[in-house]
Amino acid sequence: MYKLPMRKMKNNQSGVISAVKATGELGRRIRDMGLVPGSEVKIQGRAPLYDPVSLRIMGFTLTLRNSEADFIDVEVNE
Amino acid sequence: MNNLDATIALAGNPNSGKTTLFNTLTGARQHVGNYPGVTVEKKEGTYIFNGQKLKVVDLPGTYSLTAYSLEEVVTRDFLVQEKPQVVINIVDASNLERNLYLTLQFMELGVPVCLALNMIDVAETRGISIDVDKLSKIIGIPIVSTVARSGRGKDRLITAAESIIKGERKVRPLTISYGKDIDPALTEMETIIQSVRFLTDRYPARWVALKYMENDEQIRKLGHQNDAGVSNQLDRIVTRVAHHIEDTLDSYPEAVIADQRYGYIKSILRDNVITHCKDPNRLFISDKIDKVVTNRLAGPLIMLAIVFGLYHVTFTYSEIPVGWLEGFFGWLGGIADRVLPDGMLKSLIISGVINGVGGVLGFVPLIMFMFVGIAFLEDSGYMARMAYMLDRVFRLFGLHGSSVMAFIVSGGIAGGCAVPGVMATRTLKSRKERLATLLTAPFMNCGAKLPIFALLVGAFFAHSEATVMLIITLIAWGGALLSAKFLRMTVVRGASTPFVMELPPYRLPTFKGLAIHTWERTWQYIKKAGTVILGISVILWALMTFPGLSESERQQFEQARERIMAAASPVVSQEIESIEERSLSDETKEIKAQLTEINFKEAETALQYSVAGRIGSALETVSRWAGFDWRTNIALVGGFAAKEVVVSTLGTAYSLGEVDPEASKSLSATLVNAPGWRPLTAMSLIIFTIFYAPCFVTVICIIREAGSWKWGVFAMVFNTLLAFTLSVIVYQVGSVMGF
Repeated sequence: MYKLPMRKMKNNQSGVISAVKATGELGRRIRDMGLVPGSEVKIQGRAPLYDPVSLRIMGFTLTLRNSEADFIDVEVNE
Repeated sequence: MNNLDATIALAGNPNSGKTTLFNTLTGARQHVGNYPGVTVEKKEGTYIFNGQKLKVVDLPGTYSLTAYSLEEVVTRDFLVQEKPQVVINIVDASNLERNLYLTLQFMELGVPVCLALNMIDVAETRGISIDVDKLSKIIGIPIVSTVARSGRGKDRLITAAESIIKGERKVRPLTISYGKDIDPALTEMETIIQSVRFLTDRYPARWVALKYMENDEQIRKLGHQNDAGVSNQLDRIVTRVAHHIEDTLDSYPEAVIADQRYGYIKSILRDNVITHCKDPNRLFISDKIDKVVTNRLAGPLIMLAIVFGLYHVTFTYSEIPVGWLEGFFGWLGGIADRVLPDGMLKSLIISGVINGVGGVLGFVPLIMFMFVGIAFLEDSGYMARMAYMLDRVFRLFGLHGSSVMAFIVSGGIAGGCAVPGVMATRTLKSRKERLATLLTAPFMNCGAKLPIFALLVGAFFAHSEATVMLIITLIAWGGALLSAKFLRMTVVRGASTPFVMELPPYRLPTFKGLAIHTWERTWQYIKKAGTVILGISVILWALMTFPGLSESERQQFEQARERIMAAASPVVSQEIESIEERSLSDETKEIKAQLTEINFKEAETALQYSVAGRIGSALETVSRWAGFDWRTNIALVGGFAAKEVVVSTLGTAYSLGEVDPEASKSLSATLVNAPGWRPLTAMSLIIFTIFYAPCFVTVICIIREAGSWKWGVFAMVFNTLLAFTLSVIVYQVGSVMGF
């Protein structure tokens, strides 16, 4: 078990969000979509230019930019 | 049956099937307007149930009820100010956890909520089963499972809503525990709020306290105006709690509140309320499609193919109805020509009214097809994928992935139209990116600019037509993107809006949805075109007609005609009268050509003499820097109304009569030999055409979509200045280099 920022996660890797450090509007939007500590996420893939990243959370697909994923720490197994 | 005259508001997350339910309920009985002062669409309709007329309002789709986005503020204000008797909250059954986040916020606000557990069929196939009764009991509101597409559960839903309208169920604001740090502070604030009745005429006391804790801009501002003392007192409590949370949890109140809300939802769903008999994160058909459609290599290619397909279908199939409309207006013009006596009125009706309005309405089928295409891409979910794939590129220029559609529709691949393009920016939820997009999309090469390019390229770059057309397209894109960057660094400066976006599952759009969607937008276009354009084209006609030639000048032309007729044999003058074209003798043809030449010369002189002509001549001192003479100037002035006018006006100005833009061979031959014209002049004019002021219909759309006439004026001035600067640079640098 170790922590890493979401940007560094590989495709198909999954984990549990441990912290969301964004504030203001970005923080609010990230949380509104269910990206809160304790939520399970799985990286689904990346856009053709490697950015944004798409991920699976609570049964739906969400996309966010790498610069936004930097604010999210994820705890992964393996 | 008594008439309840109640209002039902439909609210929910985007892609939850809210609009589909709205369409199912109201059918064609709906009306689209705007919320006062903002550009958020307001949809209203009526639903008749058991003989009662219910007003149904489709609120904008939102994920939350913060003050960050316009949609959320509009929703909140509507609920508080209009006090609908019941809010039907549509939630996606296969996405319950996230959807309930909004539901909780409705309940905290204390509005009467009834839950529609929509797309229950999809959830079932995904192996999700929900214990509806149990969930309803836990959260204390009626829940009905529905399938909005087929109308399943519709009647039960309305019956449930009715029970709330009739007051059979008591509504009390929901109280959620936000933990040991925040709860006591909320209670403390609630006491203060209640004791002085601070904002309590509108909002529940605890809700106001919560919004202060969440640092909600709108409520805090309102509170400050209302009672600065109390507001400051509340702020102090919040600051105290915020410090404490920062010290102990390295977090802040807003984040803790969101975490607790999701925690609350998790606790609700825990007790066998929801059971997954399949892995909730396994890949569904939609995800499998995405594996291909957003693939690194296949993705962009498929996107290109789809965009080409959209164009192909639009232009192939709209050609026929466009032809009908052109025929109709031609026929109308013919009648006017025959019925009305020669003179001003006839000229006004034919050139001003029929040609002006006809020119714009002639586009309706094309625009309608374009709208169908956009609506299909939007409703199916593909548009979100395009945004996802292209965001990286557009972000460089301060735009958003969703900007792409506006650019493409406006003519990103030559031949679109900026009107639907500007309207397509509605997909963009972030105001700054949206503004920058709708201001730069008109730089794309719309269908009306093409004849101008075709004329100039055909005349001056005949050997490399394809290359030059490609260069023109690239210039338009480059210019649009760089201008967007410039605007985002100056007038619409500001940090980029977060991209955080849902990729909704692919869905086959419903026919009803497409039809309503398309019709709404088309009708808005027709309304604008029918009114504004009529006025503009009359003004333009007047500019190009008045003042007419003086009597003496007219007589000179008349005398010239008479001289020719006098020199001709009587047989010829007889033949001239007859309408039969084929049987004319060579001599008559010759005479007729001479007469036509004089007529055209007269038209040219009259045009030069008119207000437009004088404007054109006056502008020549400036426009000469870009290589344009008065003739070009008049044509460009006409292009303010509609770019289609440019070629035909150039024709008149070069004594060729009104030139059909589709067949401008004679004009291009004239231009090649005309003094002052060389390839560099053509290039300069091409650059100017790409960038200068959008046509009036587009300006009207910009004003409408941007929410202020100032942006319309800005678009005209900024674009024209930009165009002129670029043309001058091209012309001057080119001249120095010896082109």
